[in-house]
Amino acid sequence: MQVAATASGEGGGDAAVPPLLRAAGVAKSFGPVVALRSADLTVGSGEVHALLGANGAGKSTLVKLLTGVLRPDAGSIDLQGSPVSFSSPAQAARLGLAPVFQDPALLPDLTIAQNMRLTGADPAAVRRELRALDLDVDPAAQAGELPLPMLRMVDLARALSRDPKLLLLDEVTAALPSDLAERVFTVMSALRERGRSVLFITHRLKEVIASCDRATILRDGGAVASIDPREAGEGRIVEHMLGPEAARAAAVAREQDADAVAPRTVERLATGDAALEVDELAVGRLEAVSFALRPGEVLGIAALDGQGQDELFRALSGQQAPDAGTIRVAGRPLKARHPYDAIRAGVVLVPADRLQALLPQRSVRENIASPRYNRLARWGAINMRDEGRRVRSAIDSLQIDIRAARQVRRLSGGNQQKVTIARWLASGFQTMLCFDPTRGIDVGTKRQVYALLRRLADEGAAILFFSSELAEFPLVCDRVLTLFGGRVTAELPGTAADEASLLRAMHGLVEAGEEAA
Amino acid sequence: MTSAAAGVAAAIDRRGTLRRLVRRHGWTIGVYLLLLALVLYWRGQTKLPWGPFDVQSLAIDALPFAFAACGQAVVILSGGIDLSVGSLMSLANVVSAKYMLHMSFTQALLFSLAVIAGSALAGALTGLVTVVTRVADIIVTLAMLFVWAGAALAVLQVPGGGAPLRYQNLVQFDTVLTKWLPSAIAILLVAYAVLWLTVRRTKPGLGLYAIGSSRSAAYLAGVHVSRSRILAYAYSGLFAGLGGLALTAASGIGDPNAGSIYTLNSVAAVVLGGVSLLGGVGGLIGPIGAAFVLTLVKTLMILKGVNQNYAQVFQGALIVLVVMVGGLAIRQKGKGT
Repeated sequence: MQVAATASGEGGGDAAVPPLLRAAGVAKSFGPVVALRSADLTVGSGEVHALLGANGAGKSTLVKLLTGVLRPDAGSIDLQGSPVSFSSPAQAARLGLAPVFQDPALLPDLTIAQNMRLTGADPAAVRRELRALDLDVDPAAQAGELPLPMLRMVDLARALSRDPKLLLLDEVTAALPSDLAERVFTVMSALRERGRSVLFITHRLKEVIASCDRATILRDGGAVASIDPREAGEGRIVEHMLGPEAARAAAVAREQDADAVAPRTVERLATGDAALEVDELAVGRLEAVSFALRPGEVLGIAALDGQGQDELFRALSGQQAPDAGTIRVAGRPLKARHPYDAIRAGVVLVPADRLQALLPQRSVRENIASPRYNRLARWGAINMRDEGRRVRSAIDSLQIDIRAARQVRRLSGGNQQKVTIARWLASGFQTMLCFDPTRGIDVGTKRQVYALLRRLADEGAAILFFSSELAEFPLVCDRVLTLFGGRVTAELPGTAADEASLLRAMHGLVEAGEEAA
Repeated sequence: MTSAAAGVAAAIDRRGTLRRLVRRHGWTIGVYLLLLALVLYWRGQTKLPWGPFDVQSLAIDALPFAFAACGQAVVILSGGIDLSVGSLMSLANVVSAKYMLHMSFTQALLFSLAVIAGSALAGALTGLVTVVTRVADIIVTLAMLFVWAGAALAVLQVPGGGAPLRYQNLVQFDTVLTKWLPSAIAILLVAYAVLWLTVRRTKPGLGLYAIGSSRSAAYLAGVHVSRSRILAYAYSGLFAGLGGLALTAASGIGDPNAGSIYTLNSVAAVVLGGVSLLGGVGGLIGPIGAAFVLTLVKTLMILKGVNQNYAQVFQGALIVLVVMVGGLAIRQKGKGT
């Protein structure tokens, strides 16, 4: 029966029974950024369907389109054979599509009971679902007082209380303790038995193989395959996520870049004090991570969304206090209570969101000089001549286009990112933390950034480098660590960090280093 | 039950209902304790026998202020701000005083309903403009401040007009049940119960808290953010209308500038009343109490013959002090648990 439903779902519009949900050619752009080029997705009745893809493949955008959070630019969505267009999340919910997001849609200042009433959920039904999930939640508790995993379960119970035709789970099991995650899987199979459907988004391929009937894989904003995950196996799934063309293109790009950025095998790394040493560091989702970063080295951190990399960079840059473990900078323990402490110790951050680091309304010169105000202008006037000299030399060495130098916000993204790096060149640093430094900048500038990072390392700087673009790792890094579930799962030499190996290790599939070596 | 879930459940159990009540409403309780302390101090200052008249005079002064604070509180709870509360009060004041002058008591009451409805519509218009133009609420309401102030001057250039004596007595002399309960306070309580208590636990009322708490989460939870914002401003207009009528009854005339002091004072009362300026946290009881506190502080200053200018300095210092001490107490509590 389920098989039949699935098959008809596969067959498309001409089959007798229309599939529960059919999205065809759905597209969405945010300004010049294409989030979803053209995605197709068919979910049959009584089917647990996985939606897979690497970071930025368009999964979250697709889910938002299916739940009325966003409106598509093109394409059609059919529900049980009739076209629908959602104008709001409330309307999508009325039509039987219930989402549970990674960040629960519960208002922190309202109690659980008030949250239920707000969305028109039947409190008795929610209580019943919570009991079925074996959870004891006080409805008078304020949502903000409950821990995140519990909120997610409450959100799930609320979604279930509506008896949805399609339950959409957007990375719900990420950062859920295993016993709660187990209950989510129980719910999924119970729904399947009752002929309801689930769209399950996750990064954990083992979960997909264990509990999903079909999987649609997105890559670069389009659906590339719809497969049976059990038949295909992890290897094939990763292949689809990566794409053979991409793998080949990455190889070609590497050859082209070989002139600009010479891949190195570094001998001197083994000697000397570590510039940055992290021992059993635990912050938020980061559980226990240890590594040493030496002067002259670029160490890559590769991870899927939310594996603890954000917390790692926040802790190292002094924005968040670690829960446990130690950070040592040049041998001395660093207890940063403020980014100021980290900067003084010589650890500086280049964040992905440039506008977070820059003063957008101010000039390039002021921006580059701003970290220096800490030291120079502590009590006296700013030495303008010295400042000007240092800023000019930073601008020259980075080839920053300063035609629009009066306001940094008028610069292109790439030039803005150069300014964030130039700030630290002008003020001096020992260790640079680069968190996705090339996000949203053009290819030419990206290459300049790679070359710059390599040059800085050659001059003795230590660089920790996170990127969401896997192709960057072999171009920039001497070594790459992969994080999964808050722990280091593999260490690869930069030359062997090709996308396939990284992707496997990032999904917690072991021994990626083996075949690469 | 398995480990993680058991731990979570135990964490919830530890929080007793009473403790939760105190924690959630501690600020409001504190405001009323402050009010009580001020009342006792006030009593200690006068040698004259203390009577219902004193309560009455405080209520007369505080009523328009309390309504302004309610209106401002609803908007701030929903994550906005309304700088037009005061001038909308002026408008309601002059319109009512101009037309009620020769009305009978019953006609005046019916006309009051029309004024209240009109004010609510005016507030809703402000909300609509904010939502449609997507201009920041502080700018839209600043513009509306000038619009309503201008309209008030167009209705009545100089203080004038009036209201039936019985209408004025409602606020100035009447009492309910006992001579210790001025009808001004009864009106305030009835307005609070009818207008707010009935709504705050319903879906639209929760929507106001929801958009103040987190606009994006509210949207994802299916709340109509735009409608809720308009509702918040409609409420503000409604209370401004009540405040304007209270001014008419309390003073017996219409004055195109009567409401202007309430714009920023209402924000002060809201802050002192324990409403988060970020939205989502608080209620109306706190700001109402704070309006009485601030009114009483002013009365005490006059009583002690303090220079008007210093009185304002003191009032400002009091607000900062109370909010700071409260903030420290909350932070201390956060560290304890």
